[in-house]
Amino acid sequence: MQLLAALHKELLLQWRTKAQLLAIFIFGASSLLLFSFAVGPDSSALRQHAAGFLWLGLMLSSTLTLAESFQSEMEQRALEGLLLLPAGARALYYGKAISNWTQLTLLGIGLIPLMVVLYDTPMPRPFALLGVIMAGAAGLSAPGTLYAAMTSQARAKQTLLPLLLFPLVVPVLLSAVKATSLLILGDPMGQVRDWVLLLLCFDAIHWSLCGFLFDRVVED
Amino acid sequence: MRGSTLAVEGDAICRRYGRRWALVDVTFAVPTGAVFVVAGRNGSGKSTLLRVLSTAIRADRGTARMAGHDVRTHPQEVRRQVAILSHHSYLYEALTALENLQVAARFLGKSAERTALLPLLEEVGLAERADDPPLTFSAGMRKRLALARVLLQDAPVVLLDEPYGQLDPPGFRLVDHLLGLFRERGTTALVATHLLDRAAALCDQGMVLEQGRVSWTGRAADLPTQSGLAAAGLPEGD
Repeated sequence: MQLLAALHKELLLQWRTKAQLLAIFIFGASSLLLFSFAVGPDSSALRQHAAGFLWLGLMLSSTLTLAESFQSEMEQRALEGLLLLPAGARALYYGKAISNWTQLTLLGIGLIPLMVVLYDTPMPRPFALLGVIMAGAAGLSAPGTLYAAMTSQARAKQTLLPLLLFPLVVPVLLSAVKATSLLILGDPMGQVRDWVLLLLCFDAIHWSLCGFLFDRVVED
Repeated sequence: MRGSTLAVEGDAICRRYGRRWALVDVTFAVPTGAVFVVAGRNGSGKSTLLRVLSTAIRADRGTARMAGHDVRTHPQEVRRQVAILSHHSYLYEALTALENLQVAARFLGKSAERTALLPLLEEVGLAERADDPPLTFSAGMRKRLALARVLLQDAPVVLLDEPYGQLDPPGFRLVDHLLGLFRERGTTALVATHLLDRAAALCDQGMVLEQGRVSWTGRAADLPTQSGLAAAGLPEGD
């Protein structure tokens, strides 16, 4: 019940701030464009690194999305107000984490056509790629939501969030890049499944542990 | 049982920010159904005390019981019994006034229907602005909306931190009316204010905080004459 209330609130807030979503998409798209400029016109190199660029673009954009998701909570201490109602801290966490996950998944889906065009990659199997995007976005959003909450009241939050988050999501990034790369470039050894399984393991750890820790972060 | 007659009990509450003590051994009791004033100058510890009682922050030493529950050991139970009007409005700027109430109603397990919540907005004089976001509101209107949120909670204990602050004369009358309403319903109210005459007229008992310590307790009616605050320059009325 409380999770539904939290999700409803998040979706409503997202809808009201949809202009920011567009800005974050443009930021992600600009990142992909800049990576292609950095590598140059070598289409083979671009194709080879397309998956890496896609996930780097998503990861960089995620710091904006995650930090933004706590902006409205801190303006008038709305999060404190909800906790005093009392709303369950875990319901609030999972509501926000699911909302961030949805945003990152949509962003990932939006960036795929750009990747295909800019890096001249073949169009991968759409449902398999969607699965990898969803699993990878989940691995970014769960710890990202926790760290965004931790840094939301810090003065240097824009610096602190990536500093804390990036080292933690390296395993997620590696698995997601590898699985995406195999989907784009071909998978003769049938390794995608193993990488996705590894990714799902990281997801399970992050989603369970961060939900438990959020309670302490907001109460202390 | 202690909690049956006393709605709020503070027991040697101490709280510090850094090296400065904001509250020092604050001990007091408020009977169930009473309207109790906490008076004092700016920085005397009124808001800190209310935040400790609401479980928004923890006491460094001492404790308090709200409606029979210890704020330190049973914060969730306390939160179910207490509503607070804070210095912070606890509102989402991007949502409309009505949506802000709907968000709170859903978490409280109450009806979030427009028809159920509009009477609350009417009560605080914001029905016509129900579909406008607080971003477009004045400070006084935000306070009215925050009051509507307190009413929505319908808690047995209400903590009001400077409820008259930023309000216009009709707003003052609204707060007076709400304090009367709380008294009728048997709701215990703690009001932090420095408006001594208003507190004397509307509250039953009270105490004065000075530099975080209780310097006076007694009947609220005696507050302007006996507490020493009026002599110290605090306003006696609006």
